Amino acid sequence: MRLKEWFGAFTGRTADEVRRVDPAVLADPVHIRVRDVHKYYGQHHVLKGLSFDIMRGKTNVIIGPSGSGKTVLMRQLIRLEKPDSGQILVNDRDFVSLSGLELDAMRRTMGMVFQMSALFDSMSVFENVAFPLREHTKLSQKEIRERVMERLESLGIAHAFKKFPAELSGGMQKRVAVARSLVLETSVLIYDEPTTGLDPITTCTVDELIAEAEEKFGVTSIVISHDMASVFRIADRITFMYFGEVQASGTPRELLESLNEPTMKFILASGVSRELIDSRRQD
Amino acid sequence: MSAAKAHGAGDSKPPSFVNDMVARLLARIMAPLAELGALAKMLGQVVFWGLRPPYRGRILIHCMEYVGVQSIFIVGITGFFVGAVLGLQLVNGFRDVGAESQTGSVVGFALAREIGPVFTALMVSSRAGSAMTTELGSMRVTNQIDALITMAVNPVQYLVVPRVIAGLLMVPILTIFFDVIGMTGAWAVCTRLLGLDSGVFLDRMRWIVDWKDVHLGLLKAAVFGVTVCLIACRQGFFASGGAAGVGQATNRSVVHTAIAILVLDYLVTGLVLGEGLG
Repeated sequence: MRLKEWFGAFTGRTADEVRRVDPAVLADPVHIRVRDVHKYYGQHHVLKGLSFDIMRGKTNVIIGPSGSGKTVLMRQLIRLEKPDSGQILVNDRDFVSLSGLELDAMRRTMGMVFQMSALFDSMSVFENVAFPLREHTKLSQKEIRERVMERLESLGIAHAFKKFPAELSGGMQKRVAVARSLVLETSVLIYDEPTTGLDPITTCTVDELIAEAEEKFGVTSIVISHDMASVFRIADRITFMYFGEVQASGTPRELLESLNEPTMKFILASGVSRELIDSRRQD
Repeated sequence: MSAAKAHGAGDSKPPSFVNDMVARLLARIMAPLAELGALAKMLGQVVFWGLRPPYRGRILIHCMEYVGVQSIFIVGITGFFVGAVLGLQLVNGFRDVGAESQTGSVVGFALAREIGPVFTALMVSSRAGSAMTTELGSMRVTNQIDALITMAVNPVQYLVVPRVIAGLLMVPILTIFFDVIGMTGAWAVCTRLLGLDSGVFLDRMRWIVDWKDVHLGLLKAAVFGVTVCLIACRQGFFASGGAAGVGQATNRSVVHTAIAILVLDYLVTGLVLGEGLG
C-alpha cells in the first residue's frame, strides 16, 4: 500500500481519485465486464466460469431458476464476497483485486437494493436515506435535509419521511431503499429479487420504480430475478443462468430468437403470456 | 493448478463411519479453541477500527446509556439483595464462633473483590448482552449488516466498537454502584434486623477493605465488560438461519458469557495475586 493510501486509510479521508473515471471509459457502452468468474463453497462449484457484459445506463436482468447461483453472483458483483477466480471489470478497473480504501471508494459508486430492502429498522425513513450522506460527506444538516427530501420527492415518498420501516408497505420500503442507494453519486444499482413475495400490483409498482430510477438518475440497473413476467417488462438486456453457467445473454429479442431448451422450459413454466413474448420479439 | 483442483473437486470418496466419528470428535474438541481464536480476531478488529476515524460519539453515548443507565435498576435490585443475604448468612455463621463483628469486613471484601464485578457482569450480560446479540443477529439475517458493507461502512467499526467501549466504561461504574448498594443492603439487614452495632460494622469494613481491593474489582469489571460485549456482538454478528438462528445465537451468547466471566474471574485474580496459576 502506498504511503498516501495508508494515510488516507488511517485518517478515513475519501479517495476521490479512485472514483474518478476516464471520460473515454464512460463512452464505452459496457459498464461491467464479468470474465470467467468461479465461486466455490467447499466442494460445491456454484459459479462455473461466468462471462457476460452489463450495459451502461440500461436495465440488465439476470434470471434463472432457484439454485442457479444468481444471489451468489450478486454478492460477487457488490463484493460482499470475493470470487475464487476471474475478473469483474467496472469501468475497466478490476473490482476483484481492489481492497481497503479503493474498494470502499468503488463501493460508494454502487448501490444495492436487497430482497427485504434491509432498511435500518431503528431509523426513520429520513435517517435511513441520510445515512450514506452522514457517513461519507461533510454536508451541513441543511444540505443533507435538502438532498434527502429531494430524493424522497423524486421517488414519491416524501410524505413518509418521519415513518419507520415497519410502518411501510413492501413497495414503499423498496422506494426508500432505492432512495438510500441513490443519495450518493451512484452509477450502478443492483436489485436482488425485488419482486419476490410481493402481490401483482406491488410487483408492477416495483417494476415502474426500476424503470424510473434508470430514467431519472441514469444509473445502470442490474436486476436479479426469477419473475419472468417482470423481467420481460423491464429488461433491456437479459442474462439467463442455469446451474452456475450463462446459458444465454442478450437483448430480450436476441434471447427469444435463440431459445435453447432449459431457457424455453423456464419461460413457459413461469407463465409468461405468448403476447408478451411476441411483443418483445418484435422490439 | 486449476480452480477446481485447488478446491479438491472430484474427491467424492465418502468418509467411513470411523473417520466420520473421529472428525466429529475432533470438531467438538476444537470448537472452543476456534471460538477463542475468533474472539481474539474480533478483539483485534475492534482495537484497529476503534483507533481509526470516524469516531461516532453519538452512537457511543447511546450504547453507554443502553448498557449502563438502563442496567441501573436491575443491578441495584440484585446488589441490594445479594448484600442483604450475604449479611444474613455471615451473621448467622459467625455467631457460632462469636465473630459476628467481622461481618462488615467480610461483606466489604467479598463485594469489592468478587461478588460486585461478577454479579454486575452477569446482570449486564443477561440484560444488555442478550439484547445486543438479538439486535445484531436480526440485522445479520435481514441483510442490514450487508447493507452497511455495500455502503462502504465497516460494520465492526459501526456496530461492535461502540458497544465494546460502552462495556469497558460502564460495567466498572455499575460495579461501584453494585458495591455501594450491596453494602447498604448488608448494613441494613445486619444492623436493623439482626442487631449488630452499626459503628462496629462500618469500622470493620473500613479497616479491612483497601483501595487495592476496589481497584482489583474495577479491573475485573473492565475485563468482564469487554468480554460480555465482545461475545454478545460476535454471536449476533455471525448469526445465521433466520429467527431460530438468532434465538440460538442469543442462547449461546448468554451461556458463553457466563462461563467466560467465571473463568476470567479466576485468571485475573490469579494474575493479580501472583498465585493459583501453577
